[in-house]
Amino acid sequence: MLDDFLVRAALAGLGLALAAAPLGCFVAWRRMAYFGDATAHAAILGVALSLALSLPIVAGTLGVALIMALLVATLSERGLGMDTVLGVLAHSALAFGLVAVTFVPGVRLDLSAYLFGDILAVTRGDLAVIWSGAAAVIALLAWRWQALLTATVSPDLAWASGIDPRREQRILTLALALAVAVAIKVVGALLVSAMLLIPAAAARPFARSPEAMAGIAAGLGALAALGGLWGAYVFDTPAGPSMVCAAAILFAVTTVLRRLTG
Amino acid sequence: MTLIEATGLHVSLGGHEVLQGVDFAIAPGEIVTIVGPNGSGKSTLLRTLIGALKPSAGRIRRKPGLRLGYVPQKLLMDPTLPMTVMRFLSLPRRVPAEERRAALAEAGAEALGERPMSGLSGGQFQRVMLARALLTRPELLLLDEPTQGLDQPGSAAFYQQIEHIREHLGCAVVMVSHELHVVMSASDRVVCLNGHVCCQGHPEIVAQAAEYRALFGTGTHGALALYRHEHSHVHDETCGHDHAAAQAPKAAEAG
Repeated sequence: MLDDFLVRAALAGLGLALAAAPLGCFVAWRRMAYFGDATAHAAILGVALSLALSLPIVAGTLGVALIMALLVATLSERGLGMDTVLGVLAHSALAFGLVAVTFVPGVRLDLSAYLFGDILAVTRGDLAVIWSGAAAVIALLAWRWQALLTATVSPDLAWASGIDPRREQRILTLALALAVAVAIKVVGALLVSAMLLIPAAAARPFARSPEAMAGIAAGLGALAALGGLWGAYVFDTPAGPSMVCAAAILFAVTTVLRRLTG
Repeated sequence: MTLIEATGLHVSLGGHEVLQGVDFAIAPGEIVTIVGPNGSGKSTLLRTLIGALKPSAGRIRRKPGLRLGYVPQKLLMDPTLPMTVMRFLSLPRRVPAEERRAALAEAGAEALGERPMSGLSGGQFQRVMLARALLTRPELLLLDEPTQGLDQPGSAAFYQQIEHIREHLGCAVVMVSHELHVVMSASDRVVCLNGHVCCQGHPEIVAQAAEYRALFGTGTHGALALYRHEHSHVHDETCGHDHAAAQAPKAAEAG
């Protein structure tokens, strides 16, 4: 069954969607959308470094995404505004990544595979990486769920309950770096944030609790992944962007439905 | 045995030293009201006591295993986070539903369980926060301007509730108030803060006199009292507030 490239693509998309949706809820609740972007853009620099050093792509993207997150945290503690820090770092990392790739000897690289994903070329090995990364993200979130929620509601309430909100932030950062490393093959660095945020936003109108929102988001994300893949197959469109389009259509539908049903 | 003891506390926020050499301690069952003008460091002191801010100098000693209940002024919760009152009460520790309902009832918010947190009024929010604080069976309850936005009868009712909770749980209470002169009458001690502790003492219970009834309104059932500031020192110009002008009307006459 895994010999079929469409089946592998569907499994890859599902793995990403199931991990990205609950993580995306936290990204939305904590207003970290731009942070997700910065981490994802940095991944291109990670791709360049991996190719230059002959490391696995996952290791490079994960490493650079983590360094990026640490840099953001340090610079924003020094008193620069968060948007400014992220704006500077996200685009710098992307630009340096795009430039660095051209220095890699001997590789005439099709960068669009990393910018927009190449889900139809997913191998069995890629699948193993995607599903273990996704499982790690889900495990991290499940383990820290209550503490993460408390710190998201209010860092001061977390402190008063004996929870260090900075630690929860670091755990979320780690989960985000993992998700980016996993997603780069599926939807690419430029559309990672979309798979994080759009299912979460689409789930919001019908969610009454944080858990329900994460669950609905995971379902909608899976639907978007499969629907996008089907669209890509039928209309012969690029798979990664098609998945994001499917997610966007779902967002529009749930938002309108909510309006209509009051 | 004090619950929490801060000595020589210095705290800086964004390069500005908000607290300079503050000593503060609270004993079990004690009710302390902290008053002071805006920017005097009242909330900063509270946030330092719960561990959210690190002092640049000085030390804080807590009774080991101290159970804290903290009621912040407000929460900046993103509207994309769906959270009912009942769900909120289960953070971070999961609490059985009947315990949560009992805490809501104790805080006078029994009807609010299924309401979203984002749709609460100021007074409702305070009661929900109080219910959450009660769930920890606190030994020390810290409240940051809990009566902000309440009128005088509302404040009086809230103070009576706090007094009732203190009697019921035997917990100590630290309350911050922006009101310089009218404080909760059950306060054992009032601390006037302005970067440092300016003065402290007992509030004056004056509920009987007609002139104070005019000041407090009727129907407060003796929940409010006056605090007479007794500063033994004079600030120089850099201090930014005028202690003489901050005297209670009665104290000014008496002086």
